[in-house]
Amino acid sequence: MIAARRSNLLTLGMTALLVYFLFPLFWLVIASTKTTGDLFATFGLWFGHDFSLVANVRATFTHNHGEYGRWMLNTLVYAAVSALGAASLATFAGYGFARYTFRGRGPLLGLILGTIMVPTTALAIPTYLLFSKVSLVNTPWAVILPSLVSPFGLFLMWVYARDAISDSVLEAARIDGAGELAIFFKVTLRSLIPGFVTVLLFTLVATWNNYFLPLIMLNDPRYYPITVGLSSWSAQAVGGNGGNADLLASVVTGSLLSVLPLIAAFLMLQRYWQSGLSAGAVKE
Amino acid sequence: MRATAMANRAYLFIAPFLACFVLLFLLPLGYAGYLSLFKDQLVGGTVFVGLDNYVHALGDAQLLRGVLRVGLFFLVQVPVMLLVALAVALAVDSGLLRLAGVFRLGVFVPYAVPSVVAALMWGYLYGPDFGPLTQLGERLGFTAPHLLGDGWLLTSLGNVVTWEFAGYNMIILYSALRTVPAERYEAAAVDGAGPWRTAWHLKIPALRPALLLCLVFSVIGSFQLFAEPNLIQRLAPTVINSSYTPNLYAYSLAFTSQQVNYAAAVSFLLGFVILLVSYAALLLANRRPRR
Repeated sequence: MIAARRSNLLTLGMTALLVYFLFPLFWLVIASTKTTGDLFATFGLWFGHDFSLVANVRATFTHNHGEYGRWMLNTLVYAAVSALGAASLATFAGYGFARYTFRGRGPLLGLILGTIMVPTTALAIPTYLLFSKVSLVNTPWAVILPSLVSPFGLFLMWVYARDAISDSVLEAARIDGAGELAIFFKVTLRSLIPGFVTVLLFTLVATWNNYFLPLIMLNDPRYYPITVGLSSWSAQAVGGNGGNADLLASVVTGSLLSVLPLIAAFLMLQRYWQSGLSAGAVKE
Repeated sequence: MRATAMANRAYLFIAPFLACFVLLFLLPLGYAGYLSLFKDQLVGGTVFVGLDNYVHALGDAQLLRGVLRVGLFFLVQVPVMLLVALAVALAVDSGLLRLAGVFRLGVFVPYAVPSVVAALMWGYLYGPDFGPLTQLGERLGFTAPHLLGDGWLLTSLGNVVTWEFAGYNMIILYSALRTVPAERYEAAAVDGAGPWRTAWHLKIPALRPALLLCLVFSVIGSFQLFAEPNLIQRLAPTVINSSYTPNLYAYSLAFTSQQVNYAAAVSFLLGFVILLVSYAALLLANRRPRR
């Protein structure tokens, strides 16, 4: 009986915490249904006079020749290419480090894992300077290429490949005369999938949400991802004299729309990434 | 298998990552290190100045203030965030919670929200004229604090970052909890340990490596704070200046005042500070608890 009472208390406390974590999103949903006027004039946490969600979505997608749709597409491409690339590279390399012994393995792994501590933004300015030397600045590559290297992804895959594959399976396959690549793709890849999906999702989020890198790399709005685009709209909306206040409703609605794909991805792939994390994550 | 054959096959797998790592990680770092040793002068063009930029940076009051500010931010925000994350992870894992899955996902959801959107949302919520917090205060008859003012801004930023990343840390901790072998729980139960004692004596010690990982990521996150202050700057231009955080400073050096060489030195120093603080935090947290 004590356990049941305690569980009620705990559930109550956690509910309060959940309200805190969800209320800004609740606000965002409510705000997306309002006109710019109502955003200022009505109570923030409830509906306004008009229900203008549909009009807002239309305005968001038609403003300035539909640049929002273009940004959405850019973001999708940047995030998908970066995440697939980074997760593949990390999976290959993690498997290589976990399953083979070779000279210099320890120091090399140590070097790469040590760079987990190198902050991405400290790297971004040097990368910008280098990219501007080779004319990669202001191209989609400037956003995609730096996202391909994920030392943390390698760490996750290294731990994962070490734990999830048994040596005897590999030995058996080798005795059967299978080549290393064939073993990787036909025998072990299947059991690496949860780890792969985990790295994929976390890189997907990192690139989808990336702001600093595209902000410094891109100056042509045609190449903007959603984050930089929304920020530029928001600057226009609050930009004082001649500021386009009507744009505020589109900033809010655009923000809501930009959040939905990632939440959908997490929900759809929940089964994989959660098992990938628990098998792979940090149990030294 | 012969050792060389083994090595060749291993390189087959690690070569693609390694190539990208060298080209996109080590090379930019090396180039920045090289650039940081030069100076662009009005007369005489770019000249080699050795460590002058670093000496200058170490005495740069703007940089120093920024580093101290994010240091303070780190000391307050990170413990709060990790405690919330730990509490949620333990609660969800305890089996005492109804609808545990809902709580787990709900707390994690903000992680999927871009920091740009998080800053826009909270910036609006903080608004002193029309924000719902202020509105609520008016209805209930109290004056809401001026959350975008000088005294509150760092706290307000800390709230945004906590909101964004508590769930991420919680998921890492929760996942690590799932790997605790069931036999150890059984042993604890046999010894008569209730859920609280189990959490304190068994679960939290088992979480040590995961907590350290979270700590390192938090050091990096705090010291490279950029998107949130950059966006909230528009709402509080008098409080957030261009050197409010070291990263804002490096950004404005490189792209507003075109001091590329100095910006490279500042990014390098910032990276170095982060390494130092990470190691210090790890050493401190890793000390064996004295009995």
